Amino acid sequence: MSIEVVNIAKTFHTFRALRGVSLKIEAGELVALLGPSGSGKTTLLRIIAGLEQPDEGSGPILFDGEEMGHRAVGERQVGFVFQHYALFRHMTVFENVAFGLRVRPRKTRPTDAEVAEKVHALLRLVHLDSLFDRYPSQLSGGQRQRVALARSLAVEPKVLLLDEPFGALDAKVRQELRRWLRRLHDDIGVTSVFVTHDQEEALEVADRIVVMNEGTIEQVGTPDEVFHRPATEFVMKFLGNVNLFHGRVGGGKVQFAGVSADVPEGSVEDGAPLLSARVFVRPHELDLSLTPAGRGSFPAKVTRIHSAGPVVRLELEAETGEQVFAHIDHLRFQALGLSEGSRVFLLPRDLKLFTEDFSV
Amino acid sequence: MKSRLQRRSVLPGFGLTMGFTLMYLSLIVLIPLSGLVLKSATMTWPAFWSTITEDRVLASLRLSFGGALIAATVNAVFGFVVAWVLVRYRFPGRRLVDALIDLPFALPTAVSGIALTAVYAPTGWLGRPLAALGIQAAYTPLGVVIAMTFVGLPFVVRTLQPALEDLDVEIEEAAASLGAGRFQAFVRVLLPALLPSLLTGFALAFSRAVGEYGSVIFIAGTTKTEIAPLVIVTKLEQYDYAGATAVALVMLVASFGLLFGINLLQRWSRRQHA
Repeated sequence: MSIEVVNIAKTFHTFRALRGVSLKIEAGELVALLGPSGSGKTTLLRIIAGLEQPDEGSGPILFDGEEMGHRAVGERQVGFVFQHYALFRHMTVFENVAFGLRVRPRKTRPTDAEVAEKVHALLRLVHLDSLFDRYPSQLSGGQRQRVALARSLAVEPKVLLLDEPFGALDAKVRQELRRWLRRLHDDIGVTSVFVTHDQEEALEVADRIVVMNEGTIEQVGTPDEVFHRPATEFVMKFLGNVNLFHGRVGGGKVQFAGVSADVPEGSVEDGAPLLSARVFVRPHELDLSLTPAGRGSFPAKVTRIHSAGPVVRLELEAETGEQVFAHIDHLRFQALGLSEGSRVFLLPRDLKLFTEDFSV
Repeated sequence: MKSRLQRRSVLPGFGLTMGFTLMYLSLIVLIPLSGLVLKSATMTWPAFWSTITEDRVLASLRLSFGGALIAATVNAVFGFVVAWVLVRYRFPGRRLVDALIDLPFALPTAVSGIALTAVYAPTGWLGRPLAALGIQAAYTPLGVVIAMTFVGLPFVVRTLQPALEDLDVEIEEAAASLGAGRFQAFVRVLLPALLPSLLTGFALAFSRAVGEYGSVIFIAGTTKTEIAPLVIVTKLEQYDYAGATAVALVMLVASFGLLFGINLLQRWSRRQHA
């Protein structure tokens, strides 16, 4: 089922959580709402679910083109997975999952045998069938999360909404669970939206990412698009580490850190006057060499080396004073024979620039 | 058993604090109560039996325990509503209402007894309209139940409030998102989560009502509406110490049995909850 929200605003007392957000989610998609805390992503999810009412004057909330705004959460056929699972503690795993079936109106309520069959099928789906008679307090965090998911799927939702589904889990379980969620989504194909503040999680799991900041949508795109072609400075900064330089742009060239480079296509209009610009380079897009490598490279001094990890992370200081981070692989690191205090030249392979007059 | 006692704790002083606890409990609770048992043991078995099966004694015990059970049940229902309103809604004067709840705790029981009697007497503010309806409250078992309800209310409200505040809103939202109506969510999700606290409040209100003397005797009045504590006092005034302790012993055993039963219920509901 496709979801469309139009011009949704939400104010809590004086805090404007959402400032007129519009978004369309296609049927069968797995979409991530990504943003820092306070960006409005959870509020948007809760409004889609019907757990929160948008402000007066907001546009409609459409599921497959049908207006849902006036329907209560229980009538929208959504499955909602809460950040802290919200399992019923006095019920077994089985009863938790069966809850949505048992509260149906008498006419459509399945028989006990049907309930049992369905619940066990769902528990097999989330690999918890052997734990059906346990209480939530006897389960690990990851298991509880899967029970919560099975419970929300029991009502055969047309839309699955997950609020920070892996937020409360430790790093390893989290990685396993998000891969598992991706596979599950591919199997059952229900339109799914999940909220996260973890860019890595969004990039790995989602078909499309909605990057939110201060109650507005900054960019909507595939993981590749938002990572490689960020629409705004905020998206650039939020999706991974960046080095920031202040520079000037004009005549097809950008000057920063004492170097001059070609302006990437499309980032500044031709013939624009000289503008001050903010230049972003990701740490893994910096090449290191011991000798100057053409006009684009600039000198820097290595101040710190972190070599434990898949890449070597270097902290450097440019001669113009900026602190710079660079990630290079171990082979390259050994070939260069770097130590703290070494002088190197940095060559940006790629850069993004945003001119100051791009007012937001 | 041995290994359970020896299990190490990071907190020091198990021996000392346990010893103190046992001594304190003995001094404050066990020794006076065993005095009670010993005193009634001076009676012969037939004398004991005839004392406690006397019509007047049985009636008073029935009124005390029956009234207390009714009062505690009434408090469990309406105390729940009061606690719910105080926790869930914000309204002007909420703090004032919240403070009012504690008044039955703080008032000397004789004062509340006289106040209740004055209000519920056939000429009182509430007694007059009730009398017009043909209901007499003061000097009847109904009056006893009213007084017992009055003194028990704070126990239910005060034990439920923290439990209600701890209740995660997400639980209700989860129930709603799964299609449960307000009533289903309440019965299937909220009530079971609150049951242990509700039982605690019920048990406390019940014990208070069984033991209540001051506020009940004024509104009870005649011999037909005697409560067991009043029978005990009457026997004491007639220098029938053994008879008094015999009735007291029955109250003790019955109270203990009932409280123990409620405790078991609580354990059962809490275990599901853990």
